Amino acid sequence: MLDEFRRQYAWQIREFFFTVKLLRRNPSAVAGFVIITVMVAMAIMAPVLAPFNPIQISLSERLSPPGGTHWFGTDELGRDIFTRVMYGARISLWIGVLVVGIAGGLGAVIGAVSGYLGHRVDNLIMRVMDVVLSFPPLVLAMALAAALGPSLNNAILAVAFVMIPKFARMVRGEALAVKEKQFIAAARASGAGSFWIVWHHVLPNCFSSVIVLGTLILGETILIAASLSFIGLGTQPPTPEWGAMISVGRKFLMDQWWYATFPGLFILVTVIGFNIFGDALRDVLDPRIRR
Amino acid sequence: MSELLLEIRNLAVQFFTYQGTVRALEGVSLRVGRGEILGLVGETGCGKSVLARSVLRLIADPPGRITDGEILFKGRDLLKLSRREMRRIRGNEISMIFQEPMSSLNPVFTVGNQMQEVVALHQAVGRDEARRICVDMLRQVKMPDPDQVLAKYPHELSGGMRQRVMIAMELSCRPDLLLADEPTTALDVTVQAQVLSILEGITRRQGVAVLFISHDLGVIAQLCDRVAVMYAGGIVETAPAAAIFAGPRHPYTQGLLQAIPRIDDGKEALMVIPGTVPSLIDPPRGCRFHPRCGHRFQPCDREPPPFYEPSPGHRVACHLHAGEDQRRSWNRS
Repeated sequence: MLDEFRRQYAWQIREFFFTVKLLRRNPSAVAGFVIITVMVAMAIMAPVLAPFNPIQISLSERLSPPGGTHWFGTDELGRDIFTRVMYGARISLWIGVLVVGIAGGLGAVIGAVSGYLGHRVDNLIMRVMDVVLSFPPLVLAMALAAALGPSLNNAILAVAFVMIPKFARMVRGEALAVKEKQFIAAARASGAGSFWIVWHHVLPNCFSSVIVLGTLILGETILIAASLSFIGLGTQPPTPEWGAMISVGRKFLMDQWWYATFPGLFILVTVIGFNIFGDALRDVLDPRIRR
Repeated sequence: MSELLLEIRNLAVQFFTYQGTVRALEGVSLRVGRGEILGLVGETGCGKSVLARSVLRLIADPPGRITDGEILFKGRDLLKLSRREMRRIRGNEISMIFQEPMSSLNPVFTVGNQMQEVVALHQAVGRDEARRICVDMLRQVKMPDPDQVLAKYPHELSGGMRQRVMIAMELSCRPDLLLADEPTTALDVTVQAQVLSILEGITRRQGVAVLFISHDLGVIAQLCDRVAVMYAGGIVETAPAAAIFAGPRHPYTQGLLQAIPRIDDGKEALMVIPGTVPSLIDPPRGCRFHPRCGHRFQPCDREPPPFYEPSPGHRVACHLHAGEDQRRSWNRS
């Protein structure tokens, strides 16, 4: 059974291990991977590792500075910020991954179809995308989230919708370049239909840039989702979420720097981690510049 | 000529650009028999590739459009088929290979992946069977170690190998007609010879007719049964290969053949055809070749020449081959 699997997917297996080997040789890939792993591990292990209860209010300890008991200090309700940051990783990462997944997937398909078919279809789709892009992303996401009703899932949908045009635009541009390649003509000469070509030739060739853009958008997504939480349209208190914590912590920034700083630091590190890993992944996955 | 496979009648293709309407093909008629290798020669920009692409209806619209004519393939007019029916013909009954083997394969998939896709597109076969077909085809194009090649990415192969992969891929569905658009132009001369002999071997064995486009008369002479010469969007002469090289009838063909430098005649200067290729936006009236022709006389700048048949199977579009009566009427005017 296992042997048969090995034989049938021999080259896929070989490719996978080769990719891993290349990634390990790439320092920024390793750094990015370590950061992402730490964040994900922290998110998963939060209930085990966190020293306190993230929603336990302790007014006697409110706004205490970082120290032995509370490593990152406490917030205005005396909740341990270190604990909340750990739990917050769960929500923030989940939002980021889901939004990038939805927006990246839909956006890429829309962009590829638009770029490949061109002419009227392209014009129609791209003008619709322009309309969406012409709104400030936060305002549009806010309006959508408000219309859908305040909840985490609705916030994710709203942010994903706002992000679609960014992917669609980029993939369209890539598709325009790819469709002039001769293998597209060859595929057409072999009797492939438009959607087959989009799916089998255009999208895979745009994949690497989608990954890279995805890692960039991931950061933005976490921030927008945070802003939604801040005005009560995203994560509902007392659920800990990085962005929401920053938003509230802003008020205390002058006197209690730790409140907003630590969640901000985690957003920063996470975004950088995804970014450099995505960058390295693109270099490694692209057969043209591989090895 | 054996049984008729493809007949192009009076084909016209135009490109509508900002500079004006480019009349890329006009009144092109051509026949390809079953299993025949027909060479299509002509200089750059004379419409060879447009002709091949028109057969598969791969002209980008806009800016191009097939404005007139019929393309009869096995008696069916391809221009009247629906897109869906056309797709079934592409790759299945008519295939095409291109000039640039470097970019004919998708860089992000392995060779095996792409070949199997093409097989799966047209034949209802399982994975293992598709793979077996691919290996078999690669063996037929004399690819060493086909199993290994299937697992490779295009950039890991040389130009010659890629072109062989393309040949194998395009012939894997056993088409009746292969359109080869300068398949060896981008290759080294030694590799070129090898690829040509492989192409000839496999098509003759499978009985595939080939429309072989080239501007290399040497290649055409070596490979083809019949030759069609194109000039400025029209066919000027068609004949069996031997006849055209032994006795070209059209002044343009004669010029082409004289322009081949020969190592044994000791001449220093290269023979050239004077003038340049005319613009197809505003082509010369009458015979399109007349401004460059050393033999031109009264009718050339007025009437486009019809086809004359000076010997069986040898057709030429030139007033020089008009009958006596016709000539006398021109002399009077």
